Amino acid sequence: MLSDDIQVRLHGVTRIYPAVEGGKAVHALGPLDLELREGEFFSVVGPSGCGKSTLLDVVAGLASPSSGSVTFEGRPVAGEVPDGIGVVFQEDASFPWLSSYDNAAFALRRAGLPEAEIRERVEHTLSFMGLLPFADAYPAQLSGGMRQRVCIARTLVTRPRLLLLDEPFGALDQQTRLLMGDELLALWRETGATVLLITHSLDEAALLSDRVGVMSARPGVFIDRVETGWARERDSRIVAEPAFGRVSGRIWEGLRDQSIKALESAR
Amino acid sequence: MTRASWIRLAVLGSAVALLEVTCRLGWVSRHAVIAPSEMVRGAWRALGQADVRRDMLLTLSTVAQSFVLAILVGFAIGVALHRMPRLRRALDPFLASYYAVPTFVFYPVFIVLFGLNRWPLVAIGFLFAVVAVAINTLDGLSRVPRAFLRTARAMKLSGAQTLARIVLPAAAPWLFTGAKFAVAYSFIGVIAGEFVQAGAGIGFAIAFAYNSFDSLTMYGLMILLFGIVGTINMTLWSYERRLYARRGGR
Repeated sequence: MLSDDIQVRLHGVTRIYPAVEGGKAVHALGPLDLELREGEFFSVVGPSGCGKSTLLDVVAGLASPSSGSVTFEGRPVAGEVPDGIGVVFQEDASFPWLSSYDNAAFALRRAGLPEAEIRERVEHTLSFMGLLPFADAYPAQLSGGMRQRVCIARTLVTRPRLLLLDEPFGALDQQTRLLMGDELLALWRETGATVLLITHSLDEAALLSDRVGVMSARPGVFIDRVETGWARERDSRIVAEPAFGRVSGRIWEGLRDQSIKALESAR
Repeated sequence: MTRASWIRLAVLGSAVALLEVTCRLGWVSRHAVIAPSEMVRGAWRALGQADVRRDMLLTLSTVAQSFVLAILVGFAIGVALHRMPRLRRALDPFLASYYAVPTFVFYPVFIVLFGLNRWPLVAIGFLFAVVAVAINTLDGLSRVPRAFLRTARAMKLSGAQTLARIVLPAAAPWLFTGAKFAVAYSFIGVIAGEFVQAGAGIGFAIAFAYNSFDSLTMYGLMILLFGIVGTINMTLWSYERRLYARRGGR
């Protein structure tokens, strides 16, 4: 069951990138409002360049809104990433000079936790992510999917209450994405964290989420919010269900015109 | 040993054997080149002489001074240019064409500036090496993936922590390449300077033996020099290879 407690609240948020070297200012986002309930899985889909990643940066505190407010657990988010928020990026951000174990332990060591606790948390997370046999392997020895899992593990060991994922499976093939999605659902259930997933994949959003926010072309605002109605216990096998087609269709219905608009403005 | 190592060894061995035979048969004048076995004997004899050992130490300490200065200054220049993109754009043509300039012409100027001591040699070695360090530092810093820096921010690392724990390890292969070049260029600058105008050092000793028609000493010293430079370079090369292998070229 989802909690009714609001963990993240965005009110009237906009993000405008100032003009650079004679160019024009870019209005990337908003104004938009968003409320994330504690423990829910919320995905954001939208056309390319609509400001999805900007939205994630604003929620994370990596970028300040040009106007409006962002709060996490009732406190304003400003200037830095608040405790309790973990971020995983689209690009491979595993540190190539560290083993999987040391990558996963990176943030905990910086926080100065006792080595015994670090070991317990890292081994548990690596085991959960199926990475324990590769604890001593370096990222160069792992596949793209495994490297992304290392990045997720590095974030999970900090036990975030809000997990922000910026197209983490963007570089993976479709089969691997489905399986990684199952793993993501499993860890979402295990940790109880709220998840905000940025994705350009309709199917991924439809499969994984409790709710899907559909964004317009730039400047991105929410044009639809789709409740999927999935049970908390779910996995990628629901792609075979008729309801999955209905959810995907509903998302695409809102997104199609916006994608055409984004394509035309890019030409 | 790998197959490539065996081939390398075979090529080197064959070249040495060929030179030995041609010298022994008198096909090459011994005033021009002596047999490799003679060269080794010359090196062994030179090693037994106190003034040669002193010359070697002097050269190595001068190279070390040039190297350390080039690393410190080159790194600082690389970081400064990375932080100031406009200055970098302005200086890019100079950096790109730096090694087309015959830096050695400044050597007489350094003698006038610093006097007849080791400092002109340190300066010329430094001048040869510093830009290689700066360029590689700049290259390394520019190649640190943006995702690493965003990860550092997401983990709330301070500027110093980001530099020490993320930027420097991420740029390490390029920094190491800069250091490797700095070793080679420092040796070239210092030895060349000793050839031209110095009263001590291995370069001076080689030039002195050459002017005295003492081929045994000259080739012996050259073998010693190749041995030292080769050992340093092979050590750095093998470390670099291990570093790259572990990181898969990243």
